[in-house]
Amino acid sequence: MSVNALTFRRLPQLPVWVINLALTAILAGLWPLGRVLEHQLNPYFLQILILVGINIMLAVSLNLVNGITGQFSLGHAGFMAVGAYAAGVLLRHYQPQGWEIPLVMLGVLCLGGVLAALAGLVVGIPTLRLQGDYLAIATLGFGEIINVVIINTESVGSFYVGGSAGLHGIPIHANFFWTFGAALICIVCVWRLAYSNKGKAFAAIREDEIAAGAMGVNTTYYKVAAFAIGAFFAGVAGGVSATWFGNLDPESFRFMRSIEIVAMVVLGGSGSITGAILAAVVLTWLPEQLRAVQEWRLVIYALVLILMMIFRPAGLLGNRELWPIPGRRRPGPSPTADPDSRQRMMA
Amino acid sequence: MDQLIQQLINGLSVGATYALIALGYTMVYGILRLINFAHGEVYMVGAVSSYYLAEWTMGWTGSLWVALPIVVVGSMLVCSILGFLIEFLAYRPLRDRPRLVVLISAIGVSLLLQNLAQFPELFGPTPRRFPALIQSTPVFYNAAHTIVLTNLDVLSLGLTLGLMVIMTWVVLGTKTGLALRAVSFRFDTSMLMGINTGRIISFTFMFGSALAAVAGTIDAIRYDVRPLMGLLPGLKAFVAAVLGGIGSIPGAVVGGLFMGLSETLVKGYLPSAYTGYADAVAFVLLIVILLVRPTGLFGRVAPEKV
Repeated sequence: MSVNALTFRRLPQLPVWVINLALTAILAGLWPLGRVLEHQLNPYFLQILILVGINIMLAVSLNLVNGITGQFSLGHAGFMAVGAYAAGVLLRHYQPQGWEIPLVMLGVLCLGGVLAALAGLVVGIPTLRLQGDYLAIATLGFGEIINVVIINTESVGSFYVGGSAGLHGIPIHANFFWTFGAALICIVCVWRLAYSNKGKAFAAIREDEIAAGAMGVNTTYYKVAAFAIGAFFAGVAGGVSATWFGNLDPESFRFMRSIEIVAMVVLGGSGSITGAILAAVVLTWLPEQLRAVQEWRLVIYALVLILMMIFRPAGLLGNRELWPIPGRRRPGPSPTADPDSRQRMMA
Repeated sequence: MDQLIQQLINGLSVGATYALIALGYTMVYGILRLINFAHGEVYMVGAVSSYYLAEWTMGWTGSLWVALPIVVVGSMLVCSILGFLIEFLAYRPLRDRPRLVVLISAIGVSLLLQNLAQFPELFGPTPRRFPALIQSTPVFYNAAHTIVLTNLDVLSLGLTLGLMVIMTWVVLGTKTGLALRAVSFRFDTSMLMGINTGRIISFTFMFGSALAAVAGTIDAIRYDVRPLMGLLPGLKAFVAAVLGGIGSIPGAVVGGLFMGLSETLVKGYLPSAYTGYADAVAFVLLIVILLVRPTGLFGRVAPEKV
């Protein structure tokens, strides 16, 4: 994969505080926007919108692992399950009321993410020694193990987990704000990580792990970091979906779910964050529009994967982005090719 | 003691089908360094086609000795054609691409076959019992009936053993087998030596798929036929191949048998509250092997060259 052959004319750089302020404003603006949408949209369309939000989170976080760091993981649904169950079990147990709801929501979503990240560490530290297809199989195995454990766990202490019957009766507190707020934070975090100096280390590992190690990149550290961060946001996405749907079915977090997320990353272009978002929107929205051919949905997924690999393996956008973000350096050519980059790195 | 012997028999019988599937994985990996994700689905298609063949043969013959060979050979034929098509359409155009690209394509093929089989016109999502062509009946048993060897165990072990012999002969005794070994040793060099690698690859896929078809037929008779039946046995057989050392043919057989034995022993001896974890055994085993000895029992160590 070439590193961004296409250079955009850089937009005027904005001070970081302006960007941060703008992002905070957008985040705050999601709340009234959500209230309006929830009243205006019909429930079916809102449902699709929320699903789009959840899938954006999943696709972008997997993109950090698969696309940006180049570690092919097939266990993303397992981390999602960890987050979903953590949030679902806690919410169902405590049943927050009134003013507690936003605080508890924030708490359980973060906790779900942290637990998923811990699972990511546990999985990542041993398996990231493996490469390519072996890594894919090992992560797939871990995803299935997480699933088997959930299916065989009726309860942990006084917390009811539900076992193979699934977890029902989770209070529904997720809404447009929580979903897209979390998605926004996920996108911003991954974006800033990917297009920072640390992001160069991720990309270096993707391009050639041995060369990256020889250049002094601590490959294990960065691979595990990418894995844990990806798992964190998968956990948050799981938490949101748990408290949006109100029930959890362990079967829905199996291998096939991971494949769906991989399909989004592949379709969008491995390494492209906007591509992942675009693909998440398309692959969530399109099947809903094709309700009439619902049974063809997964067949179309499969054909998309195969044909994509044959005709455009780089995905829709390759590893480019739709547009450059003002004030953020693009992962330009190497410092020697770009004379002023070194100075900017100092700044 | 009797229980242990019975568990060992069951384990070997299950392990034999894993070994048959694992052979397909290991041969393809040996040549292309590709995990053929669709292999579990080839096994499923083997089960489905043997289901239809059994239904068809039962329409005109009652004799097991006529019907069974037709069912087995017929499903082998169907699957080898399928294996050829999969390789030709989904993998061959990607020959020079990175391995992950081919892996994703393989996942796509697997997904495609699973979902095509769920169409009611083709098979439908509900599990079906195998036609009453052959019933599980005890063949050998001791006086107390604590050790029972059923005709299905005999069929499973017998077919596996027979196919192993044929396979050993093909790989070690024929010119195609020599070419096959050469291609798996050095792909590029064998091409320079005038081996038609494309044909050898097609042959490998057809051969591996035919073996998976036999495993599919056995499991279709033993359990039932489902469109998603290929997923778990496929993964477990892959683990078996890794355990034996992927790329190694005897390794796949040993790995498959070990896999079957360990699974049945876990199911048989763990307290009943934990039997649900039996499916996880394969994956725990896989991760342990990959960490302790990634080349498996019989695998060659291939140093990475920069």
